[in-house]
Amino acid sequence: MSTTDKAPDLATDLVTLTIDGVQVSVPKDTLVIRAAEQVGVQIPRFCDHPLLDPVGACRQCLVDIPDAGNGRGFPKPQASCTLPVAEGMVVNTQATSEVADKAQQGVMEFLLINHPLDCPVCDKGGECPLQNQAMSNGRGESRFAASGGIKRTFPKPINISAQVLLDRERCVLCARCTRFSEQIAGDPFIALAERGALQQVAIYEREPYQSYFSGNAIQICPVGALTSADYRFRSRPFDLVSTPGVAEHDSCGAAIRIDHRRGKVMRRLAGNDPEVNEEWISDKDRFAFRYTQVADRITYPQVREDGVLRPASWPEAFAVAARGLREAGAAAVLTGGRVTAEDAYAYAKFARVALSTNDIDFRARPHSAEEASFLASHVALSGGVTYADLEAAPVVVLLGLEPEDEAATIFLRLRRAARRGRTQVVSVAPYSSRGLRKMNGRLVPAVPGAEVEAIGSLKDAAHGVTKDAVILVGERLAATHGALSAAVELAATTGARLAWVPRRAGDRGAVEAGALPNLLPGGRPVTEAAARVDLAAAWGVEALPAKVGRDGNAIVAALTKGDLGGVVVGGVDPDDTSDPAAFRAALAAARFVVSLELRATDVTAAADVVLPVAPVTDKAGTFVTWDGRPRDFDAVLSNPSSLPDLRVLAGIGEELARLGQGSSLGFRTVADVRAEMRALGPWDGARPAMDAGKPPRAPRAKAGSLALATWKQLVDLGSMQDGEAHLRATARPPVARVSPATYESVFGTPEGEPGHSRLATVSGDRGSVTLPVEVADLPDGVVWVPARSFGRGVLADLASPGSRVLLRDAPSPDSPGHALKGAVT
Amino acid sequence: MTDALTPVLTDNWDAERAWTLAAYEERGGYAALDKAFAMAPDDVIDAVKESGLRGRGGAGFPTGMKWGFIPQDNPRPKYLVVNADESEPGTCKDIPLMMASPHTLVEGVILSAYAIRANTAFIYVRGEVLHVIRRLQRAVQEAYLAGHLGTDIHGSGYHLDLIVHAGAGAYICGEETALLEGLEGRRGQPRLRPPFPAVAGLYASPTVINNVESIASVPSIIANGPAWFAGMGTEKSKGFGIFSLSGHVRNPGQYEAPLGITLRELIDLAGGIREGHELKFWTPGGSSTPLLTPEHLDVPLDFESVGAAGSMLGTRALQLFDETTCVVRAVLRWTEFYKHESCGKCTPCREGTWWLTQTLARLEKGQGTEADLDLLLDQCDNILGRSFCALGDGATSPISSSIKHFRDEYLAHLTNGGCPFDPVASTAFAPAGASA
Repeated sequence: MSTTDKAPDLATDLVTLTIDGVQVSVPKDTLVIRAAEQVGVQIPRFCDHPLLDPVGACRQCLVDIPDAGNGRGFPKPQASCTLPVAEGMVVNTQATSEVADKAQQGVMEFLLINHPLDCPVCDKGGECPLQNQAMSNGRGESRFAASGGIKRTFPKPINISAQVLLDRERCVLCARCTRFSEQIAGDPFIALAERGALQQVAIYEREPYQSYFSGNAIQICPVGALTSADYRFRSRPFDLVSTPGVAEHDSCGAAIRIDHRRGKVMRRLAGNDPEVNEEWISDKDRFAFRYTQVADRITYPQVREDGVLRPASWPEAFAVAARGLREAGAAAVLTGGRVTAEDAYAYAKFARVALSTNDIDFRARPHSAEEASFLASHVALSGGVTYADLEAAPVVVLLGLEPEDEAATIFLRLRRAARRGRTQVVSVAPYSSRGLRKMNGRLVPAVPGAEVEAIGSLKDAAHGVTKDAVILVGERLAATHGALSAAVELAATTGARLAWVPRRAGDRGAVEAGALPNLLPGGRPVTEAAARVDLAAAWGVEALPAKVGRDGNAIVAALTKGDLGGVVVGGVDPDDTSDPAAFRAALAAARFVVSLELRATDVTAAADVVLPVAPVTDKAGTFVTWDGRPRDFDAVLSNPSSLPDLRVLAGIGEELARLGQGSSLGFRTVADVRAEMRALGPWDGARPAMDAGKPPRAPRAKAGSLALATWKQLVDLGSMQDGEAHLRATARPPVARVSPATYESVFGTPEGEPGHSRLATVSGDRGSVTLPVEVADLPDGVVWVPARSFGRGVLADLASPGSRVLLRDAPSPDSPGHALKGAVT
Repeated sequence: MTDALTPVLTDNWDAERAWTLAAYEERGGYAALDKAFAMAPDDVIDAVKESGLRGRGGAGFPTGMKWGFIPQDNPRPKYLVVNADESEPGTCKDIPLMMASPHTLVEGVILSAYAIRANTAFIYVRGEVLHVIRRLQRAVQEAYLAGHLGTDIHGSGYHLDLIVHAGAGAYICGEETALLEGLEGRRGQPRLRPPFPAVAGLYASPTVINNVESIASVPSIIANGPAWFAGMGTEKSKGFGIFSLSGHVRNPGQYEAPLGITLRELIDLAGGIREGHELKFWTPGGSSTPLLTPEHLDVPLDFESVGAAGSMLGTRALQLFDETTCVVRAVLRWTEFYKHESCGKCTPCREGTWWLTQTLARLEKGQGTEADLDLLLDQCDNILGRSFCALGDGATSPISSSIKHFRDEYLAHLTNGGCPFDPVASTAFAPAGASA
């Protein structure tokens, strides 16, 4: 029924009509309310939203139609938000028609009779469509109040989730929030209940409003009925300064608007980018920004003296870091996936120019040599698959990717494509997640570690993977040897296009910037002499190290063994790495550790020099999205003491050069780096071939053990969600999922009543955790747990990558572990 | 005077246990089925078209034409839905019919479903009338057992399942698209049109929705022929209908007569207005149709004439009020009904009825000023034709028509400092001769 989501042939399907005496031609099926915008007439509206199906509920947009295009007019005003244009139609809006104007004034008066006069304390006051349109299309005095009318009242706000609050008396019942939740997010857990003026948005307590996208409902609420616990009563819109930005929580590059006041970010809203996120963002992109405002932020450089960190000036810290690195011997660089492309470039150049090494890796997560080869051969400099392609493709294959958790914008685009019936989503995954079900997707079940076979099976014509299909490869696929090669082969055989979707905002940019042991900036392979010469000339150095460097795991091993003496760590959480304990041991073993960090961490605790770096709000930068789209942004706040990583690295590099090691980096600002990157340009030589390498030794399966499937949920214990308790309270409670048969083998009984969950203890080589157990369509012998929703996460507290676990009935089922921090034993 | 009556639907109501299959068949019930099965479905539609039968639910849309809108090339199943959600204040024809002779409706359903080629039909009954639901359920069961429903009905090869669905008690579900929402298990709120139910109705499939009385009239049309039906009534409002007289009349009840009969004749048939009193105002078709007065006693009760008199024929729910009744009080009660039943979907109806009630309540208490009458009329103007469905329109009818005819009485409340009427005098238990 939606008349907005078709893609009419603009050249042929034009309809000409007259609005307020002005002739206008618009595509067929355009709604009158939007055709009017073309002639500059804004018809007031509440329920209408261009990305939601029309409903015609609020009646605010009534217009007069003296001629519907057939020579006859409508006897009564019509809702322009549900009426498609017709050839020859004549529309008179409030601008030219007294009937339309009176109708709109009448509806506005009705809307206000039960609306409280609490604008002075309402969050929406000052940016409120009801307030604005009451001024433009309403009367100044209330006849209702003058005649002694009694308003309907409700108790002030009620929670419809941990984050979303509802003031029912402010609600104009436009149903935008309920329609968004049903149509866009696929979480129809809020609905209108009761009737007449007592109608209200309601929840069903046994099916709580659990949605990763609930903040959008708040944003599109045309009144102050929905507010967030996070922002309620925090500021007035007219005190805020708005700066456009890019969300830093995933590789989707969602456009956001950052509202700040007196040097502090107060809230974030979805920006409007039809090419990327339209007008929607995930709750994580919206609410997870207080990690820069928490108490353990590092605000000044520190150096270790007599075993204790003490404050230092910037020049001293640079000098101490340079001296320490020089004295430590061979050094390596580890960056997380969070840095901007400019910063990643600085790390990449620092490693090569200042440390003369290719020992650099941005992959602070389980990774493999096969993946590095895949990134060099199929990801760097690649492009061509866009968001729009996802909606146009008949089939989208997901390999090791759970979009709702790991790439929320992709999820919304795929869900919309699936809802229109154009796109079939096929997912190689351990079970049908809620996200996959919402995309109406088809599961190709795969036991963790056995994805290669499942991917191979997709060549079967029955799956419809043709040259028009798109294959999205998640970073988790690297955990299974051969899986990335199988994905490449699937693309080669079918002609389908392939794109890599990492989890973190900086991952793709780091690939392009050369923060890898086998890649130099601009996709230049380390092994290509021409590439090295080319780059050495551009950088004005004699030569670049020719040997492919160590990857993250090898760097950790070499530090422990003593083959490497120094390490520069920028934004790595040890618990994200494939072996957190080994990572910590490597830091302890290293002769010199330089840490570039936002907040105090286990790395800063072990570091010899700690250098604070600017969060994304304090610097300009670029995130490269999964589809190769550079998303640059400017600094939101002006914070002179907050330096970007590249400036810090430049400082150390200059000191090292002074000591006679390497040469200075040749830049000090983001603008310098951007100019240098632009001048450098991409590698135009041949792409290296994909090399799967040798398969690792298969771990021996203990009798009765289960394969472990895991990924990070969108909202979990990740440190960039710190400081925002309401967001974290909306996280999905951690559970373990098994097949019905596995459930029965553990508990001895089939699954009980829904909602009544039993507890089980999952034990692996790094620890164990007790979680409620749910049944899902997993293969037998597999257990799924969320990766970072309990304790310090799976890698630190449960099991090493690819290892197997045991599952047993937990003794005390009376304390369901619904707190996010599950019981780690 | 009894010649004026044309008992067809009500003909068997006085039979012994008229609601049973035996009693119904004894009078020739279900005989029309064989006649229809011998005809092509399109011919059944043509017969209904030719009869001139117009929807008996109030709007008067030609029934045969509605059936003709069903796209027979649509591969989806077709559905027939009977609107038995009779809830309009004053309307009491479908429920007595289903109570007295449910088989008339069941036979009509079979014929109509056959005509539109539906193999599943639903009767949506308002949930409050449990006794009627039970009668319907039993009648459907009897029809199944006798082979009038189910597979291969009467050996014709045609099969039909009929489901009696009880509503959950919402006036709005008499609106056909809200009814479909309710039938599908959702909240009763009207749907956006287009698509119209004929194209995408129940479960997004082609659906015919007809009033009980319309469907119940079909067996007689098939049995006696369209010409017989068209021979009754007026030129544009053909046939007969049940006129329900209630209120201050000696013998209230259902009077079945050709369309075009006048209220004067009907009151005579009902033994006159309550002893010692005279008619003050009346509704021609339930509370949603504008009030009429004694000067309209001779208006022919057909779609066109009542429309010309400034009202609507509606459901022929003739509520009669004598001079003991306070029109302000009556209108306030109706308005409270609409406020209670407004579904809340659209602003004018939801908020408008909330406000109208308050303004009227003040007026009834003698508070406010004459300007409030203009305010009321302006509110009505902002609701009428601005609402999502006809519920809001209906809510304004009693108010604007009563102010038109009885403005002085509203003003009397203001000058009197309250209602000048004795509320007891208008009650059924009032002592004879009580007056205002």
